[in-house]
Amino acid sequence: MTTEKRLISLSVNGELQAKIVEPRMSLADFLRIELELTGTHVGCESGVCGACTVNINGQTARACTMLAVQVEGDEVTTIEGASESGEFRDLQDAFHARNALQCGFCTPGMLMMSAELLTQNSKPCRQEIREYLSGNYCRCTGYEAIVDAVETVAQTRNARVGEQDD
Amino acid sequence: MTNASNDNHLFRPNSYIGRTVPRPNAKRLLNGRGNYTDDTKLPRMVHVAFLRSPYAHARINKIDKNQAIKAPGVVAVVDGHDIAEVCAPWVGVLAHLEGMKSAEQHALAIEKASWEGEPVVAIVASTRALAEDALELIKVEWDILPVVTDMEAALGEDAEIIHESLGDNLAWRRTMDAGDVGASFDHAAHIIEERYISNRHTGVCPESRSIVADFNSADDQMTIYQSTQAPHMMQSLFAKHIGLDTHKVRVICNDVGGAYGIKVHAYPDEFATVALSYMLGRPVKFVADRRESFLSDIHARDHRIDTRVAVTANGEITAFEIDDWTGVGPYSAYPRTSAMEALQVLNFTGGQYRNRNYKGRATVVYQNKTPMSQYRAVGHPIVTMITEGMVDDAARAIGMDPLEIRRRNLIADDAYPTTSASGLPFEKLSHQASLDKLEKMINYAELRKDQAAARERGVYRGIGIATFIEMTNPGVASYGVGGAPITAQDGATVRLDANGNTTVAIGVTEQGQGSETIVAQCVASALGITLDSIKVITGDTDVTPYGGGTWGSRGAGIAGEAAVQAGKALRKNILEVAAIMLQTDADSLDICENNVINHRDGEVRMPLSEIGRICYFRPDTLPPDFQAELVATRHYVPRQYPFAFTNGVQGCYIEVDIETGLIAFKKYCVVEDCGRVINPQLVDEQIRGGVVQGIGGALFEECRYNDRGELLNGTMSNYLLPTMTDVPDIEVAHIETPTSESELGAKGAGEAGTGAAAAAIMNAINDALSPLGGKVTQQPFTPERILSAIGKI
Repeated sequence: MTTEKRLISLSVNGELQAKIVEPRMSLADFLRIELELTGTHVGCESGVCGACTVNINGQTARACTMLAVQVEGDEVTTIEGASESGEFRDLQDAFHARNALQCGFCTPGMLMMSAELLTQNSKPCRQEIREYLSGNYCRCTGYEAIVDAVETVAQTRNARVGEQDD
Repeated sequence: MTNASNDNHLFRPNSYIGRTVPRPNAKRLLNGRGNYTDDTKLPRMVHVAFLRSPYAHARINKIDKNQAIKAPGVVAVVDGHDIAEVCAPWVGVLAHLEGMKSAEQHALAIEKASWEGEPVVAIVASTRALAEDALELIKVEWDILPVVTDMEAALGEDAEIIHESLGDNLAWRRTMDAGDVGASFDHAAHIIEERYISNRHTGVCPESRSIVADFNSADDQMTIYQSTQAPHMMQSLFAKHIGLDTHKVRVICNDVGGAYGIKVHAYPDEFATVALSYMLGRPVKFVADRRESFLSDIHARDHRIDTRVAVTANGEITAFEIDDWTGVGPYSAYPRTSAMEALQVLNFTGGQYRNRNYKGRATVVYQNKTPMSQYRAVGHPIVTMITEGMVDDAARAIGMDPLEIRRRNLIADDAYPTTSASGLPFEKLSHQASLDKLEKMINYAELRKDQAAARERGVYRGIGIATFIEMTNPGVASYGVGGAPITAQDGATVRLDANGNTTVAIGVTEQGQGSETIVAQCVASALGITLDSIKVITGDTDVTPYGGGTWGSRGAGIAGEAAVQAGKALRKNILEVAAIMLQTDADSLDICENNVINHRDGEVRMPLSEIGRICYFRPDTLPPDFQAELVATRHYVPRQYPFAFTNGVQGCYIEVDIETGLIAFKKYCVVEDCGRVINPQLVDEQIRGGVVQGIGGALFEECRYNDRGELLNGTMSNYLLPTMTDVPDIEVAHIETPTSESELGAKGAGEAGTGAAAAAIMNAINDALSPLGGKVTQQPFTPERILSAIGKI
């Protein structure tokens, strides 16, 4: 099964990386094993549960159903990078205040998707939040707290925009 | 108020008991800085992959390992005989389940495999991928055997006997006969018979089962990193079966990505991983992939129950009778057995009602499917489905409103202490008050009007009500008396450090429900300090007091009380020192917000940091015959009652699309009584998450098998779980009836949501379908089953 390894270069969380990988290595394994970015979680290994969601060139993607060699030259952001840049600190704070996580395994993926939703739709209703996040499974919370947290952030961001407009 | 006055610290205005505070340990999870077992990386660590039986029942004639051992990266290839030399087999029975039998089970199958997915050969390699590559080089000669799948056919004369040594496929049977069921049925106005079916489903933890075992032969020390609910139990079991002294085994449980009862069992592949580390003398990691999880995680709730209920013309229920059958796979799970579901179905059915005539039989059989055992709300979803199904059956037969029949038959709130017909002791429950509260909360009268108006328009809506009891705070009666190394006790050690901050080590574990936060709230309130000055340590057998872990809704009620008592003991010790330093009487002092204060007027006398400084760095300034003790340990186990029952009621309003069979939730309400509420937000989220897990079992989840015993849907693509668009917002309210067994008064809340959801939904569907003459009694209530019930397909 051994195939020739390949050199890939990419930017992960703003840092340039060059690594030699097996072509069969998934992006999720690459991030977790090669780069030790263990905040990206592997839940179903089939693109269903959303725990491995990362951002590639500004769009969310499932790292478990992509190969590392597919992201050659790309810009990848994981939960570690997003946490350090603070790009969705308000979402993380709202999840914390509303207890929109229990075991936390789905949380990085849930945050990546929520952040993307709010860049595309600044005023989502509860049903729109539920639909956008419906590909991210959570087995602990029953989801309502997550919807509440995302809704709160949308409202807070809009209020802030409103103040600036005034 | 029971014991509230015993300790005014717990219930004074600035107490943390009853306050929503965010979980300090959740922040690292939000930053992607959690530390789950698969994140563990150790020097020289290798990875194991298992060859699992592709057949549900097959003899292993020959295993050829020669090619696999030569494959790149492979370190070891071992089979059942090799592992058996270092890991002793087990039998999953408990002494108090009289007459129960099970066969000896090995970490890797020897001679034959008895379910599809049973581990047979282990390959250890430098990476998981290389270990999996080498699996393809193993050659096994199988002799396929007839399979046993259907639970009732398992005891038929022609049935293949899975374990010849047992003589038949019967695992356990128990009967119960209370009151005079025969006379009740003779005199009943109506007798309603029904068959209810609860299908197999499983926990689907987001983080699959994971373990890293690291045996260091130089000091004979086994360190195990495991995603588990019960570190001390696992320590005892690994020590026993590998043959090490308990103190030579350390189980460390870091972050756990969901458990729900799935991670409270001892699994053969995890024993094998520990045995492999012992054999190889280096760290070995096993992380189940998702397919392996579906095949090897505990399944649950596969039951078929024939019921009979007797009711008088004026709505008095005069008898319940059940015959429960369950198939639990080929082995009883270890060490909690696979009989607890059936035991709880037998013991708990009808337990919220006054009726004293109850007859039941539970039959547990072996079959060639994945082993079944305890999963969140063990047995309760089945109990509540049949109890509340029978009560609605009775109500329909006499044309009585479902709320009214419950009001007439539920145990009165002033009747406690009392017992159920089956003998369960109830300290104090609040069925009637809970039902009243739910009626208002869900706006019952208005819903009935809306339902009638909708029917005029050809829209079918239904209201489902399900009252329930939930077993929490289990004492020694659950497992200890049966001989299992499972303690019902928990302990807390509280330590004041030199800067006046506090560390708490406790035996329960954290899987996200907020155990650590609850413990911090209990200690902070009992001791008189602020939450930000506390750190809670869980999940390390070398560090924490001996405890049972987190299962059976025991964290708040048992560990919480241990934390309260430890906090009180340390407060007493601190005040003793403070009294010497301040030359006053300890009784005149108190602790509040990290300061020693005057009890009388609240004047701040000294910060705790000063106590720490003097005791640790300048004990020479204290009297020579005085030794300060700034560490206190206390344990707690409930003794008066074998368990603390809680109660509540769930109600939902749904619409059934009679063309598609799909269900839409219009309202979902829960009233729950877990005694003292420590953190309202955490309790509510336990209820909500629990309800949604119950909705999963009710509407979507089912482990589907063919007649060859093969699992047909072992991936997340075809095993359906509730997603965000499938479930409603859920309103939660509480009645608080504290237990008087403990000062804290807390009972458990972790399983109440799951236990009654399926019953509420079933009753709602049947209420909606009643004008069409349809009824569903088989979970999951899929569109297909709903359409079939009303004759559309």
